[in-house]
Amino acid sequence: MSLLAEVTGSIGSIGYGLAAIGPGIGIGIIFGQGVQAIARQPEAYGVIRQNMLLGFALAEALALIGFVVPFVFGK
Amino acid sequence: MATNVLASVFASGGPNCHFENSDNPCGFPAPGAEIFQFDSVLTFQIGSIDFNITKVTFVVILSVILVVGFFLYAFRRPRLVPKGAQNVGEVGYLFIRDGVAREIIGKDGDKFVPFLFSFFFLIWTMNFMGILPFAQIPATSVFAIPVAFALIVYLTWVPLGIYSQGGWQFFKGMMFPPGVPWPMYFLLTPIELISNLIVRPFTHAVRLFANMFAGHLLIATFSVAAYYLLSATVIGIIGSVASLGVAIALTGFEILIQALQAYIFTLLAAVYISGALHAEH
Repeated sequence: MSLLAEVTGSIGSIGYGLAAIGPGIGIGIIFGQGVQAIARQPEAYGVIRQNMLLGFALAEALALIGFVVPFVFGK
Repeated sequence: MATNVLASVFASGGPNCHFENSDNPCGFPAPGAEIFQFDSVLTFQIGSIDFNITKVTFVVILSVILVVGFFLYAFRRPRLVPKGAQNVGEVGYLFIRDGVAREIIGKDGDKFVPFLFSFFFLIWTMNFMGILPFAQIPATSVFAIPVAFALIVYLTWVPLGIYSQGGWQFFKGMMFPPGVPWPMYFLLTPIELISNLIVRPFTHAVRLFANMFAGHLLIATFSVAAYYLLSATVIGIIGSVASLGVAIALTGFEILIQALQAYIFTLLAAVYISGALHAEH
């Protein structure tokens, strides 16, 4: 079989890079909007921070799954 | 003898594995998942289950002793006007009660304060073991431990939801979120069911595990790099010092992440319990 293109080495690292795009954008939006909300209404800091961290945790999980999967299914 | 980071360096390139060492050329021995595997100190069998006591077991036991010991000490003779350790204990207690339980669950939250409180401080201590000299392994970076924690939370909120809302009502609220045009339920119901009952406990465990795993691996990589680059060349010295500096900075960053992940785990546990107690409207 003739190969046109081949990727060698750890493909998992490419997978992690791809998996990090979406959560990266998401976390940026979450913290950007969160800071904006705190600036507009500093007295609601506690509630905003809590919801910000909650959203951050949910978005971040996707990137972390991308990080763990190469270790589990790699080799 | 436990496997550690330096042992993995020695195994792949010998003790003189350095950058530009012409006597003993070797590539960068990047630490991988093997730095989380420790040799058994003790093996025994109960029934058909094998028990392996490793360093991680001792770290878990140490964390439990530290948490239980500290709070027993702090609240041994509680006074109306707290002083010393009781002050610290009360700040921790109030943080969970007012900041997590009452804020998220509401007025029923006080019943769950001991549950959330134990989770927060145990996980934080276990995470902190990652930077404590000689322990230097976050117990939560071994997947079994976050899985056990997430399973306890899962086995709490599912029966709790069935008990407090009634079985049909609980699963109806989960499968048919209100305020959606009915044809959407063909798409939404399977997604909601899978995401609530299967993906949710899985991500709850993976989030804690992967953060600790990645953080520990990063510190290990830069520590090994500092050792590997150490050689009598300009690049070697600059690289080694820079790697050591990054490793120290990452240790500081890890302290933040450890507390944050313990908080997020507790917060999510509270959110799940709250969702089980009160149906969404």
